[in-house]
Amino acid sequence: MSEASVTSAQAALATGPIKGRSLWDDARRRLLRNPAAVFSLGLLALLAFLATFGTDLDFGVFRIPGFWVHDVDMIFRDRVAIAPTWDNYHWLGTDTEGRDMMARLLFGLRISLLVGVVATAVALTIGVLWGAIAGFFGGWLDQAMMRLVDLFYSIPFIFFVILLMTAIPTNDPFEKIILIFIAIGAVEWLTMSRIVRGQTIALRQREFVEAARAAGASPLQIVTRHIVPNTLGPVVIFATLNIPVVILLESFLSFIGLGVQEPLTSLGQLISRGAQNMEAYPWLLWWPAGLMLLTLMALNFLGDGLRDALDPKDR
Amino acid sequence: MIAQIVKRLLIAIPTMILIIATAFIIMRQTPGGPFDAERQMPPEIERRLKAEFNLDLPLHEQLVAYLGDLAQGDLGPSMKYKDKDVAEIIAEGAPTSFIIGVAAMTLAVLLGGLLGIIAALGQNRPQDYLVMGLALFGVCLPPLVMGPVMQLVFGLELRWLPSQGLMRDQMAISYLLLPVVTLALPQIAIISRLMRASMIEAMRSNAIRTARAKGLPEWQVVWRHALPVAFLPIVSYLGPAIAGVMAGSFVVETVFELPGIGSQFVTGAQQRDYTLVMGVVIVYAGLIILLNLAADILYGLLDPRARRAA
Repeated sequence: MSEASVTSAQAALATGPIKGRSLWDDARRRLLRNPAAVFSLGLLALLAFLATFGTDLDFGVFRIPGFWVHDVDMIFRDRVAIAPTWDNYHWLGTDTEGRDMMARLLFGLRISLLVGVVATAVALTIGVLWGAIAGFFGGWLDQAMMRLVDLFYSIPFIFFVILLMTAIPTNDPFEKIILIFIAIGAVEWLTMSRIVRGQTIALRQREFVEAARAAGASPLQIVTRHIVPNTLGPVVIFATLNIPVVILLESFLSFIGLGVQEPLTSLGQLISRGAQNMEAYPWLLWWPAGLMLLTLMALNFLGDGLRDALDPKDR
Repeated sequence: MIAQIVKRLLIAIPTMILIIATAFIIMRQTPGGPFDAERQMPPEIERRLKAEFNLDLPLHEQLVAYLGDLAQGDLGPSMKYKDKDVAEIIAEGAPTSFIIGVAAMTLAVLLGGLLGIIAALGQNRPQDYLVMGLALFGVCLPPLVMGPVMQLVFGLELRWLPSQGLMRDQMAISYLLLPVVTLALPQIAIISRLMRASMIEAMRSNAIRTARAKGLPEWQVVWRHALPVAFLPIVSYLGPAIAGVMAGSFVVETVFELPGIGSQFVTGAQQRDYTLVMGVVIVYAGLIILLNLAADILYGLLDPRARRAA
């Protein structure tokens, strides 16, 4: 040990009691040492900020004006499908209807991220509760619940999302988006429930659960207050890596015409519109495809970084 | 082993019936029948038309009738293409979809496996970082993004390859190259990562140390001793990979305008051609279940430990 570190250790001792480091402190330290993950985190924060405040946020009763000069739905009849230019602030050009591409892109990113986060949250809620209950109570309940998960696993769920979206036609774009949240969330929870169940079985025998039971906590309280928080590590990793999957699933639906509807838009829908017009107006494809790639990469790199940080035994 | 296969098959049958029933009920419970979009027709004709497709019966009787037809391999008439059966439509698209799917899977396993081995043998050296960097990049290249981009770059800008279309009778490689590569990219990335991890583990095992101690040349150690063990996780990933390729083929066939099952399904879904959508769901679900089973059996054959456990 070098002299410098000895003195710094002594200095630390002199300043007071040594603080314990929790799993999360360790994880944060490891994450911040991973340049790709830190960069992704920054990039995601930037993207989220742009998506949220780039165009008007309309809550019905009040609206927060976006910082981008053009409106999402504003149609410039005299400037249809113009290439990216500095004139009139059409930095990314306009689409075939004469709407500003930057505004469309920011709005599409907002919807895509929203779908990713909300549908993942739906999947997490179902998956975590399902897995925790099955793992905690065990016995026949566990058997029944997990056999059901096995059964669902063997079903190619992409088809069911498509069936659901085909079968429930709605002309209201907002209803459609709610439907997308539910349809995707309802099929993405299976893996989550397996992970959480495994964790729960490992946790069930631990002393702190026994202590909680001795203190008179009800089974539901033990599951929600003691078991679920301790399964959070894998859950966070899974959630991060699930968001890009959901964004892609929504894009896929939009691509085949079953997803988000006009006047709303998403990255997937912008890509499919761009693909239809790419020969004449290639920028309509390049921007959304590039932004989609950037978003997916940032989420995947961050997920990988989180896995390394929270699950060090894999290294 | 045989008991295991029989048991799995017995589970597969109720699963299939559950899939069919759920799909059927979802499709039929919906407002907006397949005839709504057409011109106003006299009520008598509409009644005759609905009776023709069994749409006038109660739901459970419709389901039983459909299951009965299905057992005889009859997927019913298409509701939009008046003169065709769903089975005929699927049979028309099958060769295209089959060739693309098999080619993409083969490419993914061979190239992904090779890249994984290269990375594993040079662990923590430049080739490892290069391959893993590419793989991380490749996971983010779904057919949805890459399809149109490849079409634009190689088809329309550089004009190296035809960007779309395919004659049903002549499958030219130049037409299939872009769709197959697009479809295979994410799978190549996933498989190379899997392969690297399992190869690194295999190379650390005692069996490999023994093989080296016996004085075998390194390529034999890798090829004969490490590879068969390291390949097992890839085999168990084949099931999900096939499902991924099938879903991807919907996009790829639509983007490149290939006359396969995927593009027919997408059109069918948009036109609310219930029987066609149902038919494709059933065929694909059955295929995925069967191929999963095949992958499991293959795993059992390759891994003596799994055989003993079963």
